[in-house]
Amino acid sequence: MADSFEPVLLRNVGVENSTALKVYESRGGYRAVRQALKQTPGEITEEVKKANLRGRGGAGFPAGVKWGFLPPNRTVTLLCVNGDESEPPTFSNRVLMEKDPHQLIEGVIIAAYATQARIAYIYLRGEFHEQFHILQKAIDEAYVAGYLGKRVFGGDYSLECYIHRGAGAYVCGEETGLIESIEGKRGCPRIKPPFPAVEGVFHRPTVVNNVETISCIPHIIERGAEWFAGVGPQHSTGPKLFCISGPVNKPGCYEAAMDITVRELIEREDMGGGMQPARKVKAVFPGGVSMGVLTADELDMKMDFDDPQHYGLLGLGTAAAVVIDQDTDIRIVLRNVARFFGTESCGQCTQCREGTAWMYKIASRIADGAGRIEDLDILLDTARNMGMMPGLSICGLPDGATYPIETIVKKFRSELEDAIRAQPDGRVESAMSAVN
Amino acid sequence: MAWKAIDRNTPVVGADAEPALSEAVREKIRSFFDRYETKRAVLLPALHVVQDALGHVSWQAMVEVAALLELPPSDVIDTASFYTQYWTHPKGRKVITVCRSLTCEVMGGPAVLAEIKKQLGIGEHETTPDGNYSLMTEECLAGCDHGPCMLINEKMHKCVKPADVAKILADPDNDRIDSERSDLFDAPRMTGDAARKAPPPG
Ligand SMILES: Cc1cc2nc3c(=O)[nH]c(=O)nc-3n(C[C@H](O)[C@H](O)[C@H](O)COP(=O)(O)O)c2cc1C
Ligand code: SF4
Ligand code: FES
Repeated sequence: MADSFEPVLLRNVGVENSTALKVYESRGGYRAVRQALKQTPGEITEEVKKANLRGRGGAGFPAGVKWGFLPPNRTVTLLCVNGDESEPPTFSNRVLMEKDPHQLIEGVIIAAYATQARIAYIYLRGEFHEQFHILQKAIDEAYVAGYLGKRVFGGDYSLECYIHRGAGAYVCGEETGLIESIEGKRGCPRIKPPFPAVEGVFHRPTVVNNVETISCIPHIIERGAEWFAGVGPQHSTGPKLFCISGPVNKPGCYEAAMDITVRELIEREDMGGGMQPARKVKAVFPGGVSMGVLTADELDMKMDFDDPQHYGLLGLGTAAAVVIDQDTDIRIVLRNVARFFGTESCGQCTQCREGTAWMYKIASRIADGAGRIEDLDILLDTARNMGMMPGLSICGLPDGATYPIETIVKKFRSELEDAIRAQPDGRVESAMSAVN
Repeated sequence: MAWKAIDRNTPVVGADAEPALSEAVREKIRSFFDRYETKRAVLLPALHVVQDALGHVSWQAMVEVAALLELPPSDVIDTASFYTQYWTHPKGRKVITVCRSLTCEVMGGPAVLAEIKKQLGIGEHETTPDGNYSLMTEECLAGCDHGPCMLINEKMHKCVKPADVAKILADPDNDRIDSERSDLFDAPRMTGDAARKAPPPG
């Protein structure tokens, strides 16, 4: 039952000094890795496959299967941990890194051993300052304890773990953008194939996994694949972090099985705690902005990997919900989202660069009180003609731009039309600029 | 139609310019060489080291980083200009970065930004005449549960209200963070080469 869910990933949050190695160990930490190092890498990969751990970074690709794509006769493998976390409004990786860095490091050691990597890069977005210091401190501690570096835990396996800091670019969260960024270049995604498992950082076979995905690994080893596969619905297994922000009583990061609904996330006492007084839900972006929007009538959507598609959304995404309240003008939301993608496109692909930029211009025009009814159809038309879905782009960023724009325009069309008709007094103040 | 003539004959950085990077900074950059297979991959850490030391990444610094990493300067400038957090021009002693993404905007971020602009008398991407503050905005800072939020240098300020702005700006410690700093280099490490050649596991 969801109500009796006992946190696994967040079990150390709130514990005093939870970032210290000895506290982590006193609570059962670094047991799983000792166990894992007695198994073969192949056995661990099998276990992760059986658990059906699907990637937490947005795409939901099974981690064990991804590891299985590594060419068998490779010499050097690299592991990259994706801690770029730039999707608004997502902050679950931040919580994992600042409250329980050793859980991540333990996961890194196991994942690196299973994929036979000798170097692990943790890619951290540039804006994570405190998190950087906390994580680096924890890594230093792990080195001193002999858990990283030469002969991990006194065995034959050696592993180096480095933090690689980004410097402000959403697209570096895309796995090949991340790889380019580690190589010291612009974070421009690569054309695939070849996939990173075959040719990644420095042309080496590379695995890229999200921070939360990696943090699940110690628990799979310790409690077993059956346990993990038994939590939550059949195709969405394991404990999962959900973020909730906006005008709710208790915004934050909560852990649950993937059978909860958006409504539960907002209203449950042990989660969002309901809307603030005198606030009412108008819309919710349940999976990060790039997955699209739900109306107040669609809150029974399940936060798993399959249900969002039934509501016209791209997917579960980062499972980070932001609630928009009744008094917010939907044009502000439209402009904000369009601006984000317009400024974050890396510019390699014409459709993405021009499409996101034009959508932002049109959304601004609408918010500035100079919109036209036909602008709404131009937005839809633009949205349909970019992205990986029609095969027009290198990476998935424009698909993430398309879904929110399309769902806002389709689901809130009458409000947008009313606002446009009510001009010229319809100017929406409070613009944030897009200068970088 | 008036064309603005650009002088392309005088290099931006003269050969006789003062060196920008101290030996300590160079040494710190070199300490990253072991971590990567190519020198080019040291570029992002190198630019961070430079910006930490100088407050921004000047043209002269980029030219010197290029030499250190055996790259053409254009590659360094190209990469640095892609990222919003490398500043090619001097900034104030404290840089305020206000989040402008969705949660913060609907939770009242624009009013906070407006109040900061009013109090400091500057706009985005400007610096106060006394050199104390620069102001910029950035996409989601991953602090949405505490929106509206902003960074002052490394310090995150959460749930900021316009009424709090004056107090925050007046606090001399408004950019101090409590986390212990790692000096990054105190842990014993294999060199990159040894790491790559270590015996395969399993
Ligand atoms: C534009 C774009 C941005 C992305 N940003 C992130 C991110 O910040 N963090 C992340 O883990 N994955 C991000 N992803 C997904 C990654 O490409 C990749 O699927 C993921 O890191 C794989 O890890 P996982 O299988 O463990 O989820 C992004 C994808 C796209 C297209
Ligand atoms: S789709 Fe957009 S973000 Fe992705 S590579 Fe092309 S231009 Fe860059
Ligand atoms: S939206 Fe402001 S921190 Fe995420």
